[in-house]
Amino acid sequence: MKSLEDLKALREKLQSDIRVRENDGTKIIIGMGTCGIAAGAREIMAAVLDELAVRKLKNVQVQQTGCIGMCEKEVLVDVVRPGEPRITYGNVKPVDVKRIIADHVINGRIIEDLVVGKMDDAKI
Amino acid sequence: MKEISLHILDLMQNSIEAGANWILLEVNEDEDGFFTFSITDNGRGMNEDMLKKIRDPFVTTRLTRNVGLGIPFVDMTTAQSGGRLIIKSKPGEGTFLKASYLRNHLDRPPLGDVVNTVKVFLVGNPGLHFVMHYKVRQAEFIFDSQSVIKRLGEHIDFSYPEIYSWLDAYLKQEIDKVREAGGLK
Repeated sequence: MKSLEDLKALREKLQSDIRVRENDGTKIIIGMGTCGIAAGAREIMAAVLDELAVRKLKNVQVQQTGCIGMCEKEVLVDVVRPGEPRITYGNVKPVDVKRIIADHVINGRIIEDLVVGKMDDAKI
Repeated sequence: MKEISLHILDLMQNSIEAGANWILLEVNEDEDGFFTFSITDNGRGMNEDMLKKIRDPFVTTRLTRNVGLGIPFVDMTTAQSGGRLIIKSKPGEGTFLKASYLRNHLDRPPLGDVVNTVKVFLVGNPGLHFVMHYKVRQAEFIFDSQSVIKRLGEHIDFSYPEIYSWLDAYLKQEIDKVREAGGLK
């Protein structure tokens, strides 16, 4: 049985993580416009969250964005590692999520066959 | 959209794009034979002119980037299943939108994974005040994101794996209870 009272225990447990998250950290941004949602963005986001939970990656921020005009390439997932260019992956399927997190988010290796865009963060 | 819960996610994103920081989602799996959901927000709202055009995909996409195809999709799926979509809005006051489907209509899309919709939406929109009234006939479960945040303190939100895992299990459990209490199980 889950209840709101469980949150007190979770709060105690999480106190030590707070500082880490407030600093740098990698961002994962998912396209959640109508086009993204129709293409399966919700499942991609859930898969990302599950994978982060399984790997206990606490220093990764998951964000969402609206339609950016590349609807035909949805689901779009951007990965921004601190100090590195923003990489956009297109036509992302749930099976690609593990690869994106293991190769790129953790090890910094861009997955070239999924890339549809690359943007220098300084230019955004 | 294959599922009603995807329509819900899409329409709630519209609220966010309209600048809302408070959203009330009401779902009733059986309201006098209709499956209904409504979304109320405190976003910037729409004027009458926009309200008239909003169901037309070709007009809307050009005039209002923040609305797009989402509304025409819901308009279509509700109409196809013997229901309708009501939209009320005033500039500066927010928007109210209610979709209804004949519950047993063959063309009514399934609800789908509504817990996933809420979970993903809350993680993606930290700082949002989200309230959900989940009903099955007269049975009801009320969820308020503030009652979670209040217990967690300032710096912890739904983006923490421990918290969204908890949220997932908690919502599934409570919605199951409502279905049982409402006589759907």
